[in-house]
Amino acid sequence: MDQVNDENPRIILGEHKITRNLPTTETILDQTFNIKSFKKSLRIVIVRYTDTPLEMEFDIIGMHPFLANTFRRLMLSDVPSMAVEKVHVYNNTSIIQDEVLCHRLGLIPLRADPRMFDYRSNDSEGTEQDTLEFELKIKCTWNKDENKDSSRVDDMYKNNNVYSKHIKWLPIGNQSETYKPADVGPIDDDILIAKMRPGHELDLKLIAVKGIGRDHAKFSPVATAFYRLLPDIKLTREVEGEAAERLKKCFSPGVIGLRHKEGRTVAVVENSRYDSSSRNIFRHDDLKDAVIMTKIQDHFIFSIESVGAMPPDIIFTEAVKILRNKCVSLLEELEQV
Amino acid sequence: MSSDSKETAKTPMVYICGECHSENEIRPRDPIRCRECGYRIMYKKRTKRLIVFDAR
Repeated sequence: MDQVNDENPRIILGEHKITRNLPTTETILDQTFNIKSFKKSLRIVIVRYTDTPLEMEFDIIGMHPFLANTFRRLMLSDVPSMAVEKVHVYNNTSIIQDEVLCHRLGLIPLRADPRMFDYRSNDSEGTEQDTLEFELKIKCTWNKDENKDSSRVDDMYKNNNVYSKHIKWLPIGNQSETYKPADVGPIDDDILIAKMRPGHELDLKLIAVKGIGRDHAKFSPVATAFYRLLPDIKLTREVEGEAAERLKKCFSPGVIGLRHKEGRTVAVVENSRYDSSSRNIFRHDDLKDAVIMTKIQDHFIFSIESVGAMPPDIIFTEAVKILRNKCVSLLEELEQV
Repeated sequence: MSSDSKETAKTPMVYICGECHSENEIRPRDPIRCRECGYRIMYKKRTKRLIVFDAR
Protein backbone atom coordinates (compact mmCIF):
# COMPACT_ATOMS: atom_id res chain seq x y z
CA MET A 1 0.00 0.00 0.00
CA ASP A 2 3.03 2.25 0.17
CA GLN A 3 2.69 3.12 -3.50
CA VAL A 4 -0.78 4.48 -2.88
CA ASN A 5 0.06 6.63 0.13
CA ASP A 6 1.70 9.57 -1.65
CA GLU A 7 0.83 13.27 -1.46
CA ASN A 8 -2.36 12.91 -3.57
CA PRO A 9 -5.77 12.23 -2.07
CA ARG A 10 -6.96 9.06 -3.76
CA ILE A 11 -9.88 6.70 -3.79
CA ILE A 12 -8.88 3.10 -4.29
CA LEU A 13 -11.16 0.95 -6.43
CA GLY A 14 -11.38 -2.46 -4.81
CA GLU A 15 -13.26 -5.48 -6.10
CA HIS A 16 -16.42 -4.80 -4.16
CA LYS A 17 -15.69 -1.57 -2.33
CA ILE A 18 -14.10 1.84 -2.51
CA THR A 19 -11.52 2.90 0.08
CA ARG A 20 -9.47 6.03 0.62
CA ASN A 21 -5.75 6.35 1.09
CA LEU A 22 -3.93 8.32 3.74
CA PRO A 23 -2.10 11.11 1.92
CA THR A 24 1.35 11.92 3.29
CA THR A 25 0.62 15.64 3.39
CA GLU A 26 -2.51 17.68 4.06
CA THR A 27 -4.51 18.11 0.86
CA ILE A 28 -7.13 20.61 -0.25
CA LEU A 29 -9.82 18.08 0.66
CA ASP A 30 -8.82 18.16 4.33
CA GLN A 31 -9.53 21.88 4.62
CA THR A 32 -12.72 23.84 4.52
CA PHE A 33 -12.70 26.24 1.59
CA ASN A 34 -10.52 29.30 2.00
CA ILE A 35 -9.44 31.53 -0.83
CA LYS A 36 -5.75 31.71 0.10
CA SER A 37 -4.99 28.02 -0.09
CA PHE A 38 -7.36 27.68 -3.04
CA LYS A 39 -5.36 30.26 -5.01
CA LYS A 40 -2.15 28.46 -4.10
CA SER A 41 -3.26 24.95 -5.01
CA LEU A 42 -5.38 25.63 -8.13
CA ARG A 43 -3.94 24.61 -11.46
CA ILE A 44 -5.72 24.54 -14.85
CA VAL A 45 -4.32 22.65 -17.84
CA ILE A 46 -6.02 22.76 -21.25
CA VAL A 47 -5.59 19.35 -22.81
CA ARG A 48 -7.60 19.44 -26.01
CA TYR A 49 -9.45 22.12 -27.98
CA THR A 50 -11.15 21.28 -31.28
CA ASP A 51 -13.23 23.44 -33.61
CA THR A 52 -15.38 20.76 -35.19
CA PRO A 53 -17.05 19.73 -33.00
CA LEU A 54 -16.55 22.72 -30.75
CA GLU A 55 -15.11 20.81 -27.84
CA MET A 56 -12.64 21.34 -25.03
CA GLU A 57 -11.02 19.06 -22.49
CA PHE A 58 -9.15 20.55 -19.58
CA ASP A 59 -7.92 19.59 -16.14
CA ILE A 60 -8.63 21.47 -12.96
CA ILE A 61 -6.22 20.32 -10.27
CA GLY A 62 -6.40 21.15 -6.59
CA MET A 63 -10.05 22.11 -6.30
CA HIS A 64 -12.82 21.02 -3.95
CA PRO A 65 -15.33 18.62 -5.53
CA PHE A 66 -18.24 20.91 -4.65
CA LEU A 67 -16.80 23.60 -6.91
CA ALA A 68 -16.33 21.21 -9.81
CA ASN A 69 -19.96 20.16 -9.53
CA THR A 70 -21.07 23.79 -9.21
CA PHE A 71 -19.37 24.73 -12.46
CA ARG A 72 -20.79 21.70 -14.24
CA ARG A 73 -24.31 22.50 -13.10
CA LEU A 74 -23.98 26.19 -13.93
CA MET A 75 -22.85 25.39 -17.47
CA LEU A 76 -25.76 23.01 -18.01
CA SER A 77 -28.58 25.04 -16.56
CA ASP A 78 -27.58 28.65 -15.86
CA VAL A 79 -25.44 29.87 -18.76
CA PRO A 80 -27.93 31.41 -21.21
CA SER A 81 -28.40 30.90 -24.93
CA MET A 82 -30.92 31.94 -27.57
CA ALA A 83 -33.68 29.63 -28.83
CA VAL A 84 -37.03 29.83 -30.56
CA GLU A 85 -39.71 30.28 -27.90
CA LYS A 86 -42.91 31.28 -29.71
CA VAL A 87 -44.11 30.25 -33.17
CA HIS A 88 -46.86 32.07 -35.02
CA VAL A 89 -48.48 29.58 -37.36
CA TYR A 90 -50.17 31.33 -40.27
CA ASN A 91 -50.41 28.20 -42.34
CA ASN A 92 -49.32 24.61 -42.03
CA THR A 93 -50.80 22.10 -44.44
CA SER A 94 -47.99 19.60 -44.09
CA ILE A 95 -48.32 16.19 -42.46
CA ILE A 96 -46.50 17.20 -39.29
CA GLN A 97 -48.81 18.65 -36.62
CA ASP A 98 -48.49 22.28 -35.50
CA GLU A 99 -47.44 21.38 -31.93
CA VAL A 100 -44.82 18.87 -33.04
CA LEU A 101 -43.46 21.22 -35.69
CA CYS A 102 -43.15 24.07 -33.20
CA HIS A 103 -41.42 21.84 -30.67
CA ARG A 104 -38.89 20.84 -33.35
CA LEU A 105 -38.27 24.47 -34.28
CA GLY A 106 -37.56 25.28 -30.62
CA LEU A 107 -34.77 22.72 -30.51
CA ILE A 108 -32.82 24.18 -33.46
CA PRO A 109 -29.61 25.73 -32.07
CA LEU A 110 -29.10 29.37 -33.03
CA ARG A 111 -25.76 31.05 -33.59
CA ALA A 112 -26.82 34.33 -31.92
CA ASP A 113 -24.48 35.32 -29.08
CA PRO A 114 -26.60 35.47 -25.88
CA ARG A 115 -24.20 38.01 -24.36
CA MET A 116 -25.48 40.57 -26.87
CA PHE A 117 -29.09 40.21 -25.74
CA ASP A 118 -31.22 40.88 -22.68
CA TYR A 119 -33.79 38.61 -21.07
CA ARG A 120 -37.26 39.40 -22.30
CA SER A 121 -39.80 40.03 -19.57
CA ASN A 122 -43.12 38.19 -19.78
CA ASP A 123 -45.33 41.16 -20.55
CA SER A 124 -43.07 43.00 -23.02
CA GLU A 125 -43.68 43.14 -26.74
CA GLY A 126 -40.13 42.29 -27.74
CA THR A 127 -37.50 44.77 -28.84
CA GLU A 128 -34.29 44.63 -30.83
CA GLN A 129 -32.46 44.12 -27.51
CA ASP A 130 -34.18 40.91 -26.49
CA THR A 131 -35.82 39.28 -29.50
CA LEU A 132 -34.89 37.72 -32.82
CA GLU A 133 -37.50 37.09 -35.47
CA PHE A 134 -37.32 34.52 -38.22
CA GLU A 135 -39.62 33.51 -41.00
CA LEU A 136 -40.19 30.08 -42.52
CA LYS A 137 -42.24 30.37 -45.70
CA ILE A 138 -42.04 27.43 -48.05
CA LYS A 139 -44.31 25.64 -50.47
CA CYS A 140 -43.81 22.25 -52.06
CA THR A 141 -44.55 21.95 -55.78
CA TRP A 142 -44.22 19.47 -58.62
CA ASN A 143 -40.89 19.71 -60.40
CA LYS A 144 -41.80 20.04 -64.08
CA ASP A 145 -38.40 21.15 -65.36
CA GLU A 146 -36.21 18.10 -65.64
CA ASN A 147 -36.01 14.35 -65.35
CA LYS A 148 -39.64 13.76 -66.28
CA ASP A 149 -39.27 10.00 -66.02
CA SER A 150 -37.44 9.96 -62.72
CA SER A 151 -39.28 8.54 -59.73
CA ARG A 152 -36.81 9.89 -57.17
CA VAL A 153 -38.64 12.18 -54.75
CA ASP A 154 -35.95 14.84 -55.07
CA ASP A 155 -36.48 14.96 -58.87
CA MET A 156 -40.28 14.80 -58.73
CA TYR A 157 -40.88 17.60 -56.22
CA LYS A 158 -39.47 20.98 -55.33
CA ASN A 159 -38.98 21.84 -51.65
CA ASN A 160 -40.06 18.39 -50.51
CA ASN A 161 -37.58 18.61 -47.62
CA VAL A 162 -37.65 21.64 -45.34
CA TYR A 163 -34.25 22.31 -43.79
CA SER A 164 -33.07 24.82 -41.22
CA LYS A 165 -31.39 26.76 -44.06
CA HIS A 166 -34.87 27.78 -45.25
CA ILE A 167 -35.35 29.83 -42.08
CA LYS A 168 -34.99 33.51 -42.97
CA TRP A 169 -34.00 36.15 -40.46
CA LEU A 170 -36.20 39.25 -40.13
CA PRO A 171 -34.18 42.05 -38.48
CA ILE A 172 -36.01 44.19 -35.93
CA GLY A 173 -35.11 47.88 -35.61
CA ASN A 174 -31.44 48.42 -36.35
CA GLN A 175 -30.47 44.78 -35.86
CA SER A 176 -29.45 44.59 -39.51
CA GLU A 177 -26.65 47.06 -38.80
CA THR A 178 -25.34 45.10 -35.81
CA TYR A 179 -25.62 41.54 -37.10
CA LYS A 180 -25.22 39.60 -40.30
CA PRO A 181 -27.72 36.82 -41.09
CA ALA A 182 -24.98 34.22 -40.50
CA ASP A 183 -24.39 35.59 -36.96
CA VAL A 184 -27.89 34.91 -35.69
CA GLY A 185 -29.44 32.12 -37.77
CA PRO A 186 -29.34 28.36 -37.23
CA ILE A 187 -25.86 26.95 -36.59
CA ASP A 188 -26.42 23.98 -38.88
CA ASP A 189 -28.18 24.52 -42.19
CA ASP A 190 -29.02 20.85 -42.81
CA ILE A 191 -31.40 20.09 -39.95
CA LEU A 192 -34.48 18.42 -41.43
CA ILE A 193 -37.58 20.17 -40.09
CA ALA A 194 -40.39 18.64 -42.14
CA LYS A 195 -41.08 16.56 -45.24
CA MET A 196 -43.70 17.80 -47.70
CA ARG A 197 -45.54 16.81 -50.87
CA PRO A 198 -46.99 19.07 -53.63
CA GLY A 199 -49.67 21.39 -52.23
CA HIS A 200 -48.23 21.37 -48.73
CA GLU A 201 -47.23 24.73 -47.38
CA LEU A 202 -45.59 26.24 -44.32
CA ASP A 203 -45.94 29.87 -43.30
CA LEU A 204 -44.49 30.50 -39.86
CA LYS A 205 -42.98 33.30 -37.85
CA LEU A 206 -40.44 32.23 -35.23
CA ILE A 207 -39.66 34.37 -32.19
CA ALA A 208 -36.39 33.61 -30.44
CA VAL A 209 -35.50 34.85 -26.96
CA LYS A 210 -32.72 34.43 -24.42
CA GLY A 211 -33.22 31.81 -21.74
CA ILE A 212 -31.47 29.36 -19.43
CA GLY A 213 -31.26 25.57 -19.38
CA ARG A 214 -33.09 25.39 -16.06
CA ASP A 215 -36.21 26.60 -17.87
CA HIS A 216 -35.88 24.33 -20.92
CA ALA A 217 -33.07 22.15 -22.29
CA LYS A 218 -33.16 24.01 -25.62
CA PHE A 219 -31.58 27.01 -23.87
CA SER A 220 -28.58 25.00 -22.64
CA PRO A 221 -25.38 26.22 -24.38
CA VAL A 222 -23.66 22.83 -24.09
CA ALA A 223 -24.45 19.53 -25.74
CA THR A 224 -22.79 17.99 -22.72
CA ALA A 225 -20.53 19.21 -19.94
CA PHE A 226 -19.12 16.71 -17.47
CA TYR A 227 -16.11 15.99 -15.31
CA ARG A 228 -14.44 12.85 -14.03
CA LEU A 229 -11.60 12.12 -11.69
CA LEU A 230 -8.16 11.32 -13.09
CA PRO A 231 -7.67 7.55 -12.99
CA ASP A 232 -4.27 6.25 -11.93
CA ILE A 233 -3.25 2.65 -12.40
CA LYS A 234 -0.18 1.07 -10.88
CA LEU A 235 1.28 -2.38 -11.34
CA THR A 236 2.61 -3.87 -8.13
CA ARG A 237 4.54 -6.70 -9.74
CA GLU A 238 5.80 -7.73 -13.15
CA VAL A 239 3.22 -9.40 -15.39
CA GLU A 240 4.55 -11.25 -18.40
CA GLY A 241 3.60 -13.45 -21.34
CA GLU A 242 0.02 -14.54 -21.83
CA ALA A 243 -0.98 -12.90 -18.52
CA ALA A 244 0.28 -9.55 -19.83
CA GLU A 245 -2.00 -9.87 -22.86
CA ARG A 246 -4.98 -10.57 -20.59
CA LEU A 247 -4.04 -7.63 -18.37
CA LYS A 248 -3.97 -5.34 -21.39
CA LYS A 249 -7.45 -6.45 -22.46
CA CYS A 250 -8.89 -5.61 -19.04
CA PHE A 251 -8.34 -1.89 -19.58
CA SER A 252 -9.27 0.67 -22.22
CA PRO A 253 -7.09 0.74 -25.37
CA GLY A 254 -3.79 2.52 -24.82
CA VAL A 255 -3.79 2.18 -21.05
CA ILE A 256 -1.55 -0.88 -20.80
CA GLY A 257 1.36 -1.38 -23.22
CA LEU A 258 3.52 -4.42 -23.82
CA ARG A 259 7.33 -4.14 -23.71
CA HIS A 260 9.73 -6.74 -25.01
CA LYS A 261 12.83 -7.21 -22.93
CA GLU A 262 15.23 -10.12 -22.83
CA GLY A 263 12.86 -12.25 -24.89
CA ARG A 264 9.92 -11.73 -22.52
CA THR A 265 6.78 -9.64 -22.97
CA VAL A 266 6.14 -7.43 -19.95
CA ALA A 267 3.06 -5.28 -19.28
CA VAL A 268 3.60 -1.61 -18.39
CA VAL A 269 1.17 1.25 -17.72
CA GLU A 270 1.36 3.62 -20.68
CA ASN A 271 -1.38 6.17 -20.06
CA SER A 272 -4.06 5.65 -17.47
CA ARG A 273 -5.82 8.97 -18.20
CA TYR A 274 -8.35 7.58 -20.65
CA ASP A 275 -9.16 4.41 -18.71
CA SER A 276 -12.87 3.76 -18.35
CA SER A 277 -12.24 2.47 -14.78
CA SER A 278 -14.02 -0.79 -15.41
CA ARG A 279 -13.06 -3.46 -12.93
CA ASN A 280 -12.61 -6.25 -15.43
CA ILE A 281 -9.25 -7.06 -13.85
CA PHE A 282 -11.03 -8.53 -10.82
CA ARG A 283 -12.42 -11.31 -12.99
CA HIS A 284 -8.90 -12.75 -13.17
CA ASP A 285 -7.92 -14.24 -9.82
CA ASP A 286 -4.25 -14.46 -10.76
CA LEU A 287 -4.04 -10.81 -11.87
CA LYS A 288 -6.09 -8.85 -9.37
CA ASP A 289 -3.26 -8.55 -6.88
CA ALA A 290 -0.97 -7.12 -9.58
CA VAL A 291 -2.90 -3.89 -10.04
CA ILE A 292 -3.90 -0.96 -7.83
CA MET A 293 -6.59 1.16 -9.45
CA THR A 294 -7.04 4.58 -7.94
CA LYS A 295 -8.57 7.94 -8.78
CA ILE A 296 -7.13 11.26 -7.71
CA GLN A 297 -9.80 13.14 -5.86
CA ASP A 298 -8.76 16.73 -6.50
CA HIS A 299 -7.90 16.27 -10.18
CA PHE A 300 -10.95 16.92 -12.36
CA ILE A 301 -10.99 16.24 -16.09
CA PHE A 302 -13.63 18.55 -17.54
CA SER A 303 -15.07 17.99 -20.97
CA ILE A 304 -17.26 20.69 -22.50
CA GLU A 305 -18.97 20.19 -25.82
CA SER A 306 -20.53 23.42 -27.06
CA VAL A 307 -23.66 23.50 -29.16
CA GLY A 308 -21.97 26.19 -31.26
CA ALA A 309 -23.19 29.63 -30.18
CA MET A 310 -20.31 30.21 -27.75
CA PRO A 311 -16.90 28.49 -27.63
CA PRO A 312 -16.46 26.13 -24.64
CA ASP A 313 -13.87 28.31 -22.88
CA ILE A 314 -16.30 31.23 -22.94
CA ILE A 315 -19.08 29.02 -21.59
CA PHE A 316 -16.86 28.08 -18.66
CA THR A 317 -15.87 31.68 -17.89
CA GLU A 318 -19.54 32.68 -18.14
CA ALA A 319 -20.33 29.99 -15.56
CA VAL A 320 -17.66 31.43 -13.26
CA LYS A 321 -19.13 34.92 -13.70
CA ILE A 322 -22.61 33.62 -12.86
CA LEU A 323 -21.27 32.00 -9.68
CA ARG A 324 -19.61 35.29 -8.71
CA ASN A 325 -22.83 37.23 -9.29
CA LYS A 326 -24.81 34.71 -7.26
CA CYS A 327 -22.33 35.06 -4.40
CA VAL A 328 -22.52 38.86 -4.58
CA SER A 329 -26.31 38.84 -4.46
CA LEU A 330 -26.26 36.37 -1.55
CA LEU A 331 -23.94 38.65 0.41
CA GLU A 332 -26.20 41.61 -0.33
CA GLU A 333 -29.20 39.65 0.93
CA LEU A 334 -27.34 38.71 4.11
CA GLU A 335 -26.39 42.30 4.80
CA GLN A 336 -30.04 43.29 4.77
CA VAL A 337 -31.00 40.72 7.41
CA MET B 1 -75.10 35.88 -34.03
CA SER B 2 -78.12 35.64 -36.31
CA SER B 3 -76.55 37.89 -38.94
CA ASP B 4 -73.41 35.78 -38.72
CA SER B 5 -75.28 32.54 -39.39
CA LYS B 6 -77.12 34.19 -42.28
CA GLU B 7 -73.85 35.22 -43.81
CA THR B 8 -72.46 31.70 -43.64
CA ALA B 9 -75.68 30.47 -45.23
CA LYS B 10 -75.18 32.79 -48.18
CA THR B 11 -71.46 32.30 -48.77
CA PRO B 12 -70.56 28.78 -49.78
CA MET B 13 -67.94 26.91 -47.75
CA VAL B 14 -64.95 25.40 -49.47
CA TYR B 15 -64.19 21.76 -48.69
CA ILE B 16 -61.43 19.47 -49.86
CA CYS B 17 -62.23 16.11 -51.37
CA GLY B 18 -60.82 13.15 -49.47
CA GLU B 19 -60.09 11.30 -52.71
CA CYS B 20 -58.81 13.77 -55.32
CA HIS B 21 -57.92 16.74 -53.05
CA SER B 22 -59.78 19.17 -55.30
CA GLU B 23 -61.56 22.13 -53.72
CA ASN B 24 -65.37 22.07 -53.73
CA GLU B 25 -67.82 24.81 -52.87
CA ILE B 26 -70.73 23.32 -50.97
CA ARG B 27 -73.79 25.27 -49.80
CA PRO B 28 -76.02 24.14 -46.92
CA ARG B 29 -78.41 21.33 -48.01
CA ASP B 30 -76.29 20.64 -51.10
CA PRO B 31 -75.46 16.97 -51.58
CA ILE B 32 -72.10 16.19 -50.03
CA ARG B 33 -70.37 14.92 -53.12
CA CYS B 34 -67.19 15.87 -54.98
CA ARG B 35 -67.82 17.53 -58.32
CA GLU B 36 -64.68 16.02 -59.78
CA CYS B 37 -64.77 12.41 -58.71
CA GLY B 38 -68.06 11.81 -56.86
CA TYR B 39 -66.35 10.91 -53.58
CA ARG B 40 -68.51 11.55 -50.52
CA ILE B 41 -65.95 12.28 -47.82
CA MET B 42 -65.02 15.98 -47.56
CA TYR B 43 -62.60 17.78 -45.31
CA LYS B 44 -62.78 21.32 -43.99
CA LYS B 45 -59.98 23.71 -44.87
CA ARG B 46 -57.57 24.92 -42.23
CA THR B 47 -58.48 28.14 -40.45
CA LYS B 48 -56.94 31.31 -41.87
CA ARG B 49 -56.56 32.66 -38.36
CA LEU B 50 -53.16 32.95 -36.70
CA ILE B 51 -52.35 30.36 -34.04
CA VAL B 52 -49.48 30.89 -31.59
CA PHE B 53 -47.63 27.92 -30.11
CA ASP B 54 -44.96 27.59 -27.45
CA ALA B 55 -41.89 25.94 -28.96
CA ARG B 56 -41.55 23.48 -26.05
